[in-house]
Amino acid sequence: MKHTAPGLVLRTAPFLKHPTDTPNLMRQVLLALLPVVVAAAAFFGMAAMLVVGASTLGALATEYAFGPSRNRGSTLHDGSALLSGILLGLTLPPSFPLWMAFLGGIVAIGLGKLVWGGLGQNLFNPALVGRAFLQAAFPTTITTWAPQGQGFLHLSSANLAAPLMQARVDTITAATPLGLMKFQHELTPLWSLLVGNSPGSIGETSSALLIVLGLWLAWRRTFDWRIPVAILVTVAVFAGILWIVNPETYPSPLFMLFSGGLLFGTLFMATDPVTSPMAPLGVWLFGVGIGVLVVLIRLWGGLPEGVMYAILLMNAATPLIDRVIQPRPFGRGKHNVLEGDAR
Amino acid sequence: MPSIPASSPGGGSGSQGSGVADGDWERVQAEFMKGIWKENPVFVQVLGMCPMLAVTNSAVNAMAMGAATFFVLVGSSFLVSLLRNFIPRQVRISTYIVIIATFVTVADFTLQALLPDIHRELGAFISLIVVNCLILGRQEAFASKNTVKHAVADAVGMAGGFAIALLCLGSVREILGSGSLFGVSLFGSGYEPWVIMILPPGGFIMLGLILLFFNWLKSRRAHWLQSLDKLGEGAR
Repeated sequence: MKHTAPGLVLRTAPFLKHPTDTPNLMRQVLLALLPVVVAAAAFFGMAAMLVVGASTLGALATEYAFGPSRNRGSTLHDGSALLSGILLGLTLPPSFPLWMAFLGGIVAIGLGKLVWGGLGQNLFNPALVGRAFLQAAFPTTITTWAPQGQGFLHLSSANLAAPLMQARVDTITAATPLGLMKFQHELTPLWSLLVGNSPGSIGETSSALLIVLGLWLAWRRTFDWRIPVAILVTVAVFAGILWIVNPETYPSPLFMLFSGGLLFGTLFMATDPVTSPMAPLGVWLFGVGIGVLVVLIRLWGGLPEGVMYAILLMNAATPLIDRVIQPRPFGRGKHNVLEGDAR
Repeated sequence: MPSIPASSPGGGSGSQGSGVADGDWERVQAEFMKGIWKENPVFVQVLGMCPMLAVTNSAVNAMAMGAATFFVLVGSSFLVSLLRNFIPRQVRISTYIVIIATFVTVADFTLQALLPDIHRELGAFISLIVVNCLILGRQEAFASKNTVKHAVADAVGMAGGFAIALLCLGSVREILGSGSLFGVSLFGSGYEPWVIMILPPGGFIMLGLILLFFNWLKSRRAHWLQSLDKLGEGAR
């Protein structure tokens, strides 16, 4: 029953509600992504916008087509498909063929979210599932990076490759800071990493911007601040120890923190509330695991960048972490919850 | 020797070769068809996943595997059904394995002699047909309890269903993973192959999607039949 002017409200608890619900949370993250998209437009021009647009379109179309049949499109309103599509687009190289970005959006929502039962049921971060699929399907195209500063209207011919066809190889390519470090032992100056005028994925290059956005999101309590802190401190400490032991071979911890997709993945993907543990201790473990894996893959793995696989691996470990580290229910004394389960 | 009573719901254990009743031919057909669709070993029973995922990176490999499995399954079902009254219960599994292994060895050597390239591609998976749960399952669940005629019909249906599923997966994976079908290029030289599709993850993803598709098809069919029934009731 709905009264227009109730004199007396008769209701049961809860009386106080926090205004944050899922669409609200998604809107905050989308708002935080806006400066990243603007910066990407400035660095990489229209090509980057088209790639992000194509992956978002793929994500939204899949969410619409495979959503609940009675009320088609109703799940679009929470904004999570939009967010996954934009996040996926921001992790791709700017000269990526648009049809591949579209396919990535389809896989991200289809295999990353909907087959698990929709939002809140997925084990892995949808955007990263899409990217991992693209990385496995098109390994050379996804590691071909375009340089910056070719003018806003510049489109590489790779962007416009016909569906199912190869990207032509005549694009000018550049190496990312991590690629330079790994294969040529060349360090990019820290200043350029902070500003973001180095080649890389569309949304990951400007560290200073990402730090500011991260602080804003943490202040708004959009995500659990423990996750970024755990990841970044682990990477800094692990890389720092290696750097102190042998500064010739290993890069400085500051380089490790500000290069590649570490900040972007940490702020926008590792903090996904669906795929990260619930209890504070579990969250710390989750973050430390990601940090250790990132350093291991970057320094000793075959690929220059390992943030994606590190987050996906710890996503897979999240149900285990949640099972082992359960918060003690109030009033249960010092009993272990697992013991209680066994009985 | 304690012999198991032949529990054949159709005719008696000695009916094979003698006169065929009218209802019997229908049953043979039913045993054959159930393997193709209603109890398809892959889409419904989800059996034999090891060869299903391992050798379906091209349509030719899938077809060779399907043919080898067909030969082994039909041959061993025939022999097991023929010998079902002489196989002691206690050692039946090992007897089935010996019979299956015999046919696998024949298939292995035949492939090696006639199609050495495909034999090299399939590698150990030809020998591994011995432990394919689909084949052992058919011996234990069907051939050892039924007459030769029905056992062979069942084996042909099951092996046919298995081969169809292998060919489905192999074709899709070859089209996406290398842009060709049976080695014939479909999209010209500019095709960008989806490398993941010829790797194991692509096999898992594609198999999952095909299972999803068939389950969807089945539920649609059930739904459709239900609405037909309702329509019929309304007309009455």
